[in-house]
Amino acid sequence: MELFLQSLFNGLSIGSVLLIAALGLAIVFGIMGVINLAHGELMMLGAYTTFVVQNVFRGFGEPWFGFYIIAALPLAFLVAALAGVLLERGVIRYLYGRPLETLLATWGVSLILQQLVRSISWLMCLQIGVFCLLFFGGLWGVKRRPDFERIRNGAIAILLPLSAGITLALGAILGKSAGLALTQPWFGAQGVDVTAPGWLRGGIPIGTFQLPYVRLFIIALTVVCVVGIYLFLLRSPWGLRIRAVTQNRSMSACLGIPTQKVDALTFAIGSGLAGIAGCAISLLGSVGPNTGQNYIVDAFMVVVVGGVGKIIGTVVAALAIGLVNYIIGSGIFISMVSPDSALFNFLTFFATTSMARVMVFVLIILFLQLRPAGLFPQKGRTVDA
Amino acid sequence: MTHRLGRRKFLLYGTAALGSSILLKACTEGNVAETDAATPGAGGGVDTIKVGILHSLSGTMAISEQSVVDAEQLAIEEINNAGGVLGKKIQAVVEDGASDWPTFAEKARKLIDRDKVATVFGCWTSASRKAVLPVFESSGHMLWYPVQYEGQECSKNVFYTGAAPNQQIEPAVDWLLENKGQQFFLVGSDYVFPRTANTIIKAQLEAKGGQTVGEDYIPLGGTEVTAIITKIQAALPDGGVIFNTLNGDSNVAFFKQMQGAGLTPDKYPTMSVSIAEEEVRAIGTEYLKGHYAAWNYFQSVNTPENQKFVQAFKSKYGQNRVTNDPMEAAYIMVYLWKQAVEKAGTADDIEAVRKAAVGQTLQAPGGLVTLQNNHHLSKTVRIGEIGDDGMFKIVSETPAPVDPIPWNQYVADTKGYSCNWEDPTKGGKYMM
Repeated sequence: MELFLQSLFNGLSIGSVLLIAALGLAIVFGIMGVINLAHGELMMLGAYTTFVVQNVFRGFGEPWFGFYIIAALPLAFLVAALAGVLLERGVIRYLYGRPLETLLATWGVSLILQQLVRSISWLMCLQIGVFCLLFFGGLWGVKRRPDFERIRNGAIAILLPLSAGITLALGAILGKSAGLALTQPWFGAQGVDVTAPGWLRGGIPIGTFQLPYVRLFIIALTVVCVVGIYLFLLRSPWGLRIRAVTQNRSMSACLGIPTQKVDALTFAIGSGLAGIAGCAISLLGSVGPNTGQNYIVDAFMVVVVGGVGKIIGTVVAALAIGLVNYIIGSGIFISMVSPDSALFNFLTFFATTSMARVMVFVLIILFLQLRPAGLFPQKGRTVDA
Repeated sequence: MTHRLGRRKFLLYGTAALGSSILLKACTEGNVAETDAATPGAGGGVDTIKVGILHSLSGTMAISEQSVVDAEQLAIEEINNAGGVLGKKIQAVVEDGASDWPTFAEKARKLIDRDKVATVFGCWTSASRKAVLPVFESSGHMLWYPVQYEGQECSKNVFYTGAAPNQQIEPAVDWLLENKGQQFFLVGSDYVFPRTANTIIKAQLEAKGGQTVGEDYIPLGGTEVTAIITKIQAALPDGGVIFNTLNGDSNVAFFKQMQGAGLTPDKYPTMSVSIAEEEVRAIGTEYLKGHYAAWNYFQSVNTPENQKFVQAFKSKYGQNRVTNDPMEAAYIMVYLWKQAVEKAGTADDIEAVRKAAVGQTLQAPGGLVTLQNNHHLSKTVRIGEIGDDGMFKIVSETPAPVDPIPWNQYVADTKGYSCNWEDPTKGGKYMM
């Protein structure tokens, strides 16, 4: 009985991590048909936000420090949502309905974001600011001329290398004269340390094992997120608009729904959920530039198995995969086989954590042979991606 | 919405892109020239010796390897400021292996063929070393490798300045058997170093009367360790020793989740061989306090050479930075190479430098080291307990440097074998 409870809880806790990582992806992928390979990096932004908030709260002293995670959650949501909106407005909106191109573009963005957190320093911030000021400011100036359309390309051809050159020169000069304070990266390639507040460390002992508070916290957070998303999509006016645009974009536009706003909003919410996921996983593992990459494959795995476009599918798939992962990896089924048999050796070989991942993928491939559209396929006509 | 890129526009954008890239290139090249000129004594026309630095500056291993690059750069800068090697400045060509083993091989080939470097300092994971090995062996070139590793290798083309298993893993197991218990659970990343290390540990435990109660592996970079914790609790319900050969980010997940599950160091002391000061800082002392690590060097080692090293490092890279064992090994290997070049009288004749390198000694920050004829260093072995300040309290230290044994004497396949590159009849693997 205890073994059963323990398996259930541990499977659930692995599943909830998968679910919280996959939830935002499911919304963006399921509702908008965008394969967002930068989802992991949005999680990473959430994790780094948590790190920054933690450091700020450390300055406040002990009673306040314990609550940094409460402040980090909405902030992580906001930061990631903002990044998501920028991504949508800057890149993805030009690529709707072209899944392969979005895949490539978002992957590129993910690499850019990774490199950004590695090397961002005050100097780099300054350089980006100066470049934007020169380039976009110059463009704005040119735009006021009446013959703008005619000289537009020429202006860009002059402005781009000019502002790039000034920025680089400025960087070279400042980099040499200024000290480490300006040139030292904020985070660096090194992972950074997020410590769970005191009340999230330890756990509730039950028999021989212990339920870690962090896992309970993540399970609770996941439940809140799922319920919140469900209510938002089904009970709120904006949820209704999102669903309408998903079903028929041009008809919705005719009826006065601001489709561009809806796109941006959907993307913001999906990305914001990634930020919350980042906040959650920073309590479990490391926070580094490649934090998100560890989760992106798992998140896609959950979304595909669950069936695109259904939140319930994502939930069931995450929990099922978590449970299977745990049962194989922990080798609890070995205890049912006698230790001398050949079967025992065979099973022991498979009962490692890295083998569990392989086995989960084998099972998923087999499952997708039987049900290619996942657990809960979209009914009716396929949604126009 | 969609508009096609016209030919005119294409031309214009193309010109703009080309122009800015040329400008960018000119700027970066200017940078290199300027730094050369900035170092005192480097007048025009004085030629330099190029050396390669090959580490992961991105990817899962960047967490560890970036700091090793910093240490190598520090040594090069110090040597240059003191007048260089044979009157020439050292110029480092840094390449990013990107935590990707084929990339390592490709970049090693590039450093040797295109940059014509005199030697290469590089690699961290055994997988990356195994990937570049054929490149160095086929071209007769030299790699200096600064990280403790699993042994079972003795290449003519590599100088191993980190610990061999008998200088880290074996003493750690002995110490645990003596002080912490007989039952061991082995946890590692799923690649060559942990698997080989665990083979050695299992053979050693069998020979010494210990017991391996379980082992498990996580994919490199993996963060889900719930299943492993269940296994540890099932195999060691009343506590026992955990031997940890995880590498990279997985360590963070492992220690955070172990504490959450109630596996505390008083009941489950963990001995790590890949966690040093840098990693302690990144993981968080709160999670690691009371656990152990085995290395040849800790920042807390109390020698004048070490104080000088730590101070120089901090003043170059910032007061909040820390030093660790692979960084020390990387730092001293640049000096050992310099000594070898000076003894050989040339940097270009790789064979002569290789011969001159063997027998070089150095009063390193971690104590006296000597480069042996099996291309490994004899070094002091230390075991440290992680304290509140993120530094290691040294709980055990060998009185003299330990001689390296690359071929493991506990594993049946390599028992009785040795390595000697001084004697042409013996070579990399011969029966003692």
